[in-house]
Amino acid sequence: MDRDAESAEQTQVDGLKEIIERPKWDNKVQYLLTCIGFAVGLGNVWRFPYLCQIYGGGAFLIPYAIALVFEGLPLLHMELAIGQRLRMGSVGVWNSISPYLGGLGVASLVVSFLVGLFYNMILAWILWYFFHSFQNPLPWRDCPLNFNLTGWVSECEKSSPVNYFWYRETLNITPNIETSGSVQWWLVLCLASAWCLVYICFIRGIETIGKAIYVTATFPYLVLTIFLVRSLTLAGATDGLIYLFTPNWETLKNPKVWLDAATQIFFSLSLAFGGLIAFSSYNAQKNNCERDALIVGCVNSFTSIYASIPIFAILGFKANENYNDCKQWNILRLTNSFNIGDENITLENYDDWFKYLNKTDPSEVKSLNLKTCNLQTFLDQSASGTGLAFIVFTEAVIKMPGSQVWAVLFFVMLFSLGLSSMFGNLEGVLTPLLDLHMIPPWIPKEIFTGLICLTSFTVALIFTLGSGNYWLEIFNSYVGSMPLLIIAFFEIISVVYIYGINKFNDDIEWMSGRRPNIYWQATWRFISPFMLLVVFVAYVVVEAEKQPTYNAWNPDYVQFPLADVQPYPEWVFVICVLLSVLPVVPIPLVALYKLMGFLKKYIMDRHNQNPYANELCHGEL
Amino acid sequence: MLEKILVLLCLPSALAQHLCTPGASDGYKVRLSIKTALGDQAYVWNENEMFLFRATLAFAMRTHFNGQMYNVSNIVVCDETPRVSFWFVVTSPLDTSTLVDRKDVEEAVRKSRNRINSAFLLTDKTLEFIGIAPTLAAPVYPDPPPWLIVFGVVMGAVGAGIIILLVTSVLQKKRKKNEKSEGEDDEEDTRVKTVENGTASDGVYNMSFSDDERFTKM
Repeated sequence: MDRDAESAEQTQVDGLKEIIERPKWDNKVQYLLTCIGFAVGLGNVWRFPYLCQIYGGGAFLIPYAIALVFEGLPLLHMELAIGQRLRMGSVGVWNSISPYLGGLGVASLVVSFLVGLFYNMILAWILWYFFHSFQNPLPWRDCPLNFNLTGWVSECEKSSPVNYFWYRETLNITPNIETSGSVQWWLVLCLASAWCLVYICFIRGIETIGKAIYVTATFPYLVLTIFLVRSLTLAGATDGLIYLFTPNWETLKNPKVWLDAATQIFFSLSLAFGGLIAFSSYNAQKNNCERDALIVGCVNSFTSIYASIPIFAILGFKANENYNDCKQWNILRLTNSFNIGDENITLENYDDWFKYLNKTDPSEVKSLNLKTCNLQTFLDQSASGTGLAFIVFTEAVIKMPGSQVWAVLFFVMLFSLGLSSMFGNLEGVLTPLLDLHMIPPWIPKEIFTGLICLTSFTVALIFTLGSGNYWLEIFNSYVGSMPLLIIAFFEIISVVYIYGINKFNDDIEWMSGRRPNIYWQATWRFISPFMLLVVFVAYVVVEAEKQPTYNAWNPDYVQFPLADVQPYPEWVFVICVLLSVLPVVPIPLVALYKLMGFLKKYIMDRHNQNPYANELCHGEL
Repeated sequence: MLEKILVLLCLPSALAQHLCTPGASDGYKVRLSIKTALGDQAYVWNENEMFLFRATLAFAMRTHFNGQMYNVSNIVVCDETPRVSFWFVVTSPLDTSTLVDRKDVEEAVRKSRNRINSAFLLTDKTLEFIGIAPTLAAPVYPDPPPWLIVFGVVMGAVGAGIIILLVTSVLQKKRKKNEKSEGEDDEEDTRVKTVENGTASDGVYNMSFSDDERFTKM
């Protein structure tokens, strides 16, 4: 009797231990900051302002807001709710809903792992620039001298010091993707330091992430504010801002604008990675996830808009500087050729002088080959992604007084933005593995997270090759896009139609105290799945129309420094398709596997009607 | 007589003057941008400044050709413009009708470029000798490169942090284990005590039968 009571007590204690042992957030702020940090990433700084600019400024905010309301927020709310209710990572959650859906979780895991690989390479590049910002003058300001010190390196002279520093001194890029080049040791060092920095924050899972996030999630906002104040005082800032926000309503007629708005919202919120599910699974069950979803979604969009203001003020400043430099070059040509007094032609009276000289001696003026300086052309030189951060912005920074300070601040901000997103990626890998009990219990968590980081570092060494940047672009376009749309579509269909929308509504009512209102019902049941389907189909159609080409940096190209547009070779294209298909393949595979297992059991049941057969002892009796 | 002497005196300079033409094969064009360099403190270019220039150039020629006595009169200037640009040629001190070869002039200017620049408070960019490229400053490569120093600092801090975290977690686990084993020791002690105390009434508690109870589901 005593023994029975004792063993019962023991199992109760073990059960309690399991509930106790699941890690949890220290407080609500940590959880919210982590979700916000995951959603707010590099894309908010270098993708959204670019889209705003090319799609008619203020007008782009309309499709963006519509996509947020009808696609972003419902999916976000659904992921947070399902993770909080079922208290497991992505694989566990979908397994709980239906064993046939386990593949969804595996797909999320694979995508999170692959995206984490190349995302940390970008962080390594940011670290490289950060390390180099402690010099005077900044190394990307001047061209290096050539071998016999008679002039500058020709590759640098033809393009620009900033381009040279990025393509040659940082990447040491090969002319095309077939030429792999060698492993660049300096990039390996930077990649190792990036992974070490990630590891130290990720070492005990959310225990250490929760502490690190206080800094990494809030620091970017501080820096953005500093940049906002500084950039608004720069000359030419207003030109940039006017250019950014002037609405061009014509662009709304272009369907590509709507597609880009929908994809931007989707990727910006980091949906379908499994990271959000993992984060909310560490919550207490009685938590208002509706309010959390609204907060995270709105803060993410607000950050995008807030970041685009200093970015565009600085780009306007840079365009203004380039425009003035162009004019000064013309002025010098005219002064030297016509032997006019030094500094007699200024930026203000340039036009008058030009008219006068053209009238008196048009042939001479023509022979000078003066440049046409148009502010609009300089403003149009937009860039997104790494081009914005490492080429355009670095050029702007060298023209600002106190360049080192601004460079350091900028790169630390980018690093913290990327780091907080990396946490989500890695949690999307770690939590499912922990929940599946695939790790032997004698391996401590610290060793396991270290193993994940080490494996990712080793695989990511391909990005440190000479052709690494080309591979990164491939990963970015093929892994970080289509598979996510497919996963998200299946996610919402599973929750609404397989788990059951009514059961889901009951769960949310139990968790947050309020039944979801008509907006959530309509979007979950019809609008969001439909939008996702349309976006996916449109995306595939648009991508299929494009030739699979890439921009190569080839110094021997005839029109260098323009990009050498090359098609992908056959074997590379096969890899691209594999990268798109591989993450999604687990969805049908796991379903098939489970189906086969079920069929086998069903057939065996039909054959053996003997109730005393010992082989069937699976606990039915 | 006086006129003859005057003509004889003027002849060499007149002869020399015709040697200086814009585009002369042995001459160089000089361009000054005084306002760009000095802004408010720019001086006015006048005859005296030109004299200084000719004297400085004569100094440069003397420094290069050790022994040959170049004079201000050996530097002939022409085609002055309001840009402040002009051409100059250098005549040989031994024979004022022959010009010094352009390569020699170039070398002389290159050697004393710094002195010429500082005489006028200008730089290589604002005092240009068209055709004589300024020798670019040799780049200073500090060893070790500064970025490695920053990298070392960051990695050192991170490495120390990782080691500290790992060590603290190992210590925590050890502490937990000690607590657990202490708790078990207490349990064992009490069990032993009950055996000791209850020897008379209860007998020794036999564990072997109680274990089986858990496995067979009857």
